[in-house]
Amino acid sequence: MNLLKTTWLAAILMLVTSMVQAADLTIEITRGSDRATPIAIVPFADGDELPQDIARIVSDDLERSGYFEPLERSAMFERPTSSDDVRYGDWRALDVRYLVAGRVSREGEGYRIRYELMDISGERRLLGETVTAGRQGLRDAAHYISDQVFEEITDIRGAFSTRIAYVTSSGVGNNTQYALHVADADGRNSQQILSSDEPIMSPAWSPDGDKLAYVSFETERPAIYIQEIASGRRVRATSFEGLNSAPTWSPDGRRLAMALSKDGQPEIYVMDIGSRDIRRITNNSSIDTEPAWSPEGRSLLFTSDRSGGPQIYRHDLRSGEQERLTFTGNYNARARFAPDGEAIFLIHRGGNGYQVARQDLESGRLVTLSDTGHAESPSVAPNGTMVIFATQQGGNGVLGGVSADGRASFRLPAAQGDVREPAWSPFLN
Amino acid sequence: MQLKPLARTLVIALSLAFVAGCSSTGGGQDGDLSRGAGTGTGTDRGGVSTGGTDGRGVSGQRAGQMAAAEDRIPETRTIYFEYDSDTIRSEFEPMLTAHVRFLRANPGASVVLQGHTDERGTREYNLALGERRAGAVERYLNVQGVSPSQVEVVSYGEERPAARGQNEQAYAQNRRVVFAY
Repeated sequence: MNLLKTTWLAAILMLVTSMVQAADLTIEITRGSDRATPIAIVPFADGDELPQDIARIVSDDLERSGYFEPLERSAMFERPTSSDDVRYGDWRALDVRYLVAGRVSREGEGYRIRYELMDISGERRLLGETVTAGRQGLRDAAHYISDQVFEEITDIRGAFSTRIAYVTSSGVGNNTQYALHVADADGRNSQQILSSDEPIMSPAWSPDGDKLAYVSFETERPAIYIQEIASGRRVRATSFEGLNSAPTWSPDGRRLAMALSKDGQPEIYVMDIGSRDIRRITNNSSIDTEPAWSPEGRSLLFTSDRSGGPQIYRHDLRSGEQERLTFTGNYNARARFAPDGEAIFLIHRGGNGYQVARQDLESGRLVTLSDTGHAESPSVAPNGTMVIFATQQGGNGVLGGVSADGRASFRLPAAQGDVREPAWSPFLN
Repeated sequence: MQLKPLARTLVIALSLAFVAGCSSTGGGQDGDLSRGAGTGTGTDRGGVSTGGTDGRGVSGQRAGQMAAAEDRIPETRTIYFEYDSDTIRSEFEPMLTAHVRFLRANPGASVVLQGHTDERGTREYNLALGERRAGAVERYLNVQGVSPSQVEVVSYGEERPAARGQNEQAYAQNRRVVFAY
């Protein structure tokens, strides 16, 4: 491709960036956890006239987490709107442990949402708060309420107000269109931030949640780009000869780990984003790729086939020591740390094909979590409770989710085309 | 970015024009692929069938054949691989020889070897496997005397499948290296 064409492509890509509001993904809960806590999210008073059903959004969030089993609305014989109206005995009889009630009122151009969380067995109020939101902010307000309820009961920070990035493709052969999207963690409010007729891969969030690094083939060679999500501005970070792939940010946001093949076969490198200085981490004659930072930034996971097939290794950035972590089966790849650093999530090939698995680092025990068609690209929620991944359904790529204990699962199908390579954002507030 | 409807139409028109202009670069790739995995085994059509039809003498015909083989980019441009393998099967050697002859006869010509995998396994690891596959073809060309400066490797991993579907037939068509001149 000549220079003029390249310039045109760059211009068009920038124009198309952020332009199209793509079809949202819609959550389907595929398996609830048998250890989920029963909770009632009562429809909020005066919520009928709202463009969004706040209680429904909260209920879906909590159910998807696998920690809660929301009571069906048809089973609610009373609809309290505040703690004063709650008849605890009635809800105890329904085996409900917690109850959320609230009301919505208009305030100027926006809304005032009052919600309360009650402990049914203790017959007491645990939380009460008023949230204000504009019309566009109602879903965000609902996710905020989910976060508060989740944390109050589980002592784990909620991750419902986070976002996901993912790649889509549609069409076949030379007419394939690739796009990069950002959406709410529940698949709604999706926005296309890049589109191209060449592949887009490996989106990775910066720790501040403002930027994405990704691989784009728009010049007909792979290169790593860093794009500001809000403005669409971007820079090309690397375009070495050969592979430029698998970027991931260090926890301090100052470095990118990546796989490059500029010196021969694919190796792991760390780039200082400010100076663009590159440091080579691995050095052998096999494939080394798919780096991931430990939560404290002192070591990197990576996939290597130095033992024959792909397995997960850990490189200590201070000592330079490398150790193999996975020994179960002959295909383990693309690992990501749990936020507490005590386990890794990865793709494991077993009797049921390629699945998401968790391996505890201390015991070395590996547990398969997913049971779907061809899972790949696991990405862990910032609170460690869920893993989102790519899978297949009816020949199309869809996103799937599974709780970190494997008990609950959900799917996020798209209306059309293939969806893949989900990346869960860090906490954004 | 918010664009007004007119600007949006213009952008879409420009994109389409660009896609149309761009499609020629990959045309050879999918043209080959649509004919399926079996086509790679035959001798390439360009070099052989065009020779000898002009009724010249035997020696002239042979000379014409040679010239045709070296003047034209060989038409068969895809080599297929076994699962999890970068070994070049012997049935593809005549096809590779045609490309060697062309590249040696035309030192100004250059080729991008596009490495592809099937969809099984993780995407980034497959990107590395695609590069290994294209690298095996690159080494073959270099050993046969093609200048390294004429050959570049770009791996697409599983990102540009030639065939869709979760079956061995589709996988076999996707495990390939494409000569893109």
